[in-house]
Amino acid sequence: MGMTMTQKILAKHAGLPEVRAGQLIQSKLDLVLGNDITTPVAINEFEAAGFQRVFDKSKIALVMDHFVPNKDIKAATQCQQCRNFARRFDIDHYYDVGTMGIEHALLPEQGLVAPGEAVIGADSHTCTYGALGAFSTGVGSTDMGAAMATGETWFKVPSAIKVNLTGKLRPYVSGKDVILTLIGMIGVDGARYQSLEFTGPGVAELSIYDRLTICNMAIEAGAKNGIFPVDRITREYVRGRVERPWNAVEADPDAVYERTVEINLGDVDCTVAYPHLPENAHSAHEGGDIAIDQIVIGSCTNGQLPDLAAAAAVLKGRHLAPGIRGIVIPATPTVWRESIRRGYTDIFMDAGCTVSTPTCGPCLGGYMGILAKGERCVSTTNRNFVGRMGHVESEVYLASPATAAASGVMGHIAHPADLPAINPVGAGLMGSYRLSGQDSREPKDNSGLMDSYHV
Amino acid sequence: MNAKGTVHKYGDHVDTDVIIPARYLATQDPKELASHCMEDIDSAFPSKVRDGDIMVAGANFGCGSSREHAPIAIKASGVSCVIAASFARIFYRNAINIGLAILECPAASAAIQNGDTVSVDFNTGTITDETSGQTFEAEPFPPFIRDMIEKGGLMASLKARKE
Repeated sequence: MGMTMTQKILAKHAGLPEVRAGQLIQSKLDLVLGNDITTPVAINEFEAAGFQRVFDKSKIALVMDHFVPNKDIKAATQCQQCRNFARRFDIDHYYDVGTMGIEHALLPEQGLVAPGEAVIGADSHTCTYGALGAFSTGVGSTDMGAAMATGETWFKVPSAIKVNLTGKLRPYVSGKDVILTLIGMIGVDGARYQSLEFTGPGVAELSIYDRLTICNMAIEAGAKNGIFPVDRITREYVRGRVERPWNAVEADPDAVYERTVEINLGDVDCTVAYPHLPENAHSAHEGGDIAIDQIVIGSCTNGQLPDLAAAAAVLKGRHLAPGIRGIVIPATPTVWRESIRRGYTDIFMDAGCTVSTPTCGPCLGGYMGILAKGERCVSTTNRNFVGRMGHVESEVYLASPATAAASGVMGHIAHPADLPAINPVGAGLMGSYRLSGQDSREPKDNSGLMDSYHV
Repeated sequence: MNAKGTVHKYGDHVDTDVIIPARYLATQDPKELASHCMEDIDSAFPSKVRDGDIMVAGANFGCGSSREHAPIAIKASGVSCVIAASFARIFYRNAINIGLAILECPAASAAIQNGDTVSVDFNTGTITDETSGQTFEAEPFPPFIRDMIEKGGLMASLKARKE
């Protein structure tokens, strides 16, 4: 019986010729990840169990990103504990203020994840790296602590849902809209315990950043992981980032899937998930009567350079509506610097936004953009649960960077295509920003610069 | 291994952000976490929960973040068992790893009412609603998980293996 892509990666890491859905396996790991919220609990467990060494100091990544730069004394104390642990064991990939970025943007950028690898992270959005054809999934701190010591963890082999992608994305539509549409179709537990395996001719139409966004939110459908096949686009992204050898894995032709979900990318519209579940998907055209107070553009879901480019294309020559607060958070130092170099930061500030250094801050209601009672935010983040970004009576609407930016300009939920034209220059940028090939969200004018960013 | 207590009942998709809001994640102290447990959907929970009480919920309990603080907060609140129609996978793993008893049982989840007195036999998976007199059968833990819980969780079982 054939295996899915996920099952083949797990079989390889378990040293087994084959595995089947439901089987319990002990798997070797290529990378173990933690952040400043989850690592302290893992360290406590690691130390309480009496471990004296880590399995491989080059295969552990500790990223201080959630409440960093530290928001208060408790957050500072948690980072101090992580820092001391990293020093004690000489952890190679320890990222603190200055080098740190949001973990799920930083690790692919720095070449810490390669196709075919198996990764766990004490953060639910660890499933992001499936975009590169890796198996990656979120776990808790105890699992992380044990894995730092042993380099292994146990898994129940998941069954899979095949998501067959066809067609091409329309203007203004991005990976965020695809995943919000999919979650709207199958629900927040539609893929519980399962893999979401993306396939079909539509895959080639999605940039690596679209794929990262899609896999990032696989967990919001309850999935164990999301995963894309490895193709030319993957290889181009990984080239120059990953030095070590890696092997792409393909699903068997006779792999067994629980079911198939069909998505024609051409049917996907700019999508907004209303409170308080990511499955509450609506077209961005429908939200004209929902007034907002704030937009946030950033996070592990949408804080990459093409995300900022898409927002900048909307905001160029425009300004936030009166009274709207705009917060832009580039996900990594490289993205932050490039955003300045390409003029996006100027565009954001001219539009009335503030631009922060990398942090997860507002996404999980930590700091840097907390909502008061009754306030509404259109956010490019990943969760809109009760109280997620602040007061329990505040509301979060999940959307793409283009839709968030358009909503900020209008002062209510808005589709980017519905914005009034401003001038020929702005109109040109808007009209062409899907036409630049691989990086679909990049304005055409900047496509040359984008190539250099890839290297 | 058994449990008995008063039921606190919740609906579907109880997420980790309401179990323990992220604004309290700058601490790892179980008691402090427990003092804010469930407060965003049930502000009285931290003050009304008693040792041994049982939490009953609908589908996809514990969805969202991987924060182990969520099962830690529930356990430190004194809750002896969570019964749900289904659990989100990371929460399921975390609960077992830290030794919070959980049982998947859609029938019990649907029938048991808030405030009922419920007892659980973990060896057989039998759930008894002593208020209504109904009994339900949940799948008991598989042997490898029972072994892990008997040894005191994942870390304790690893330590035992090491020694």
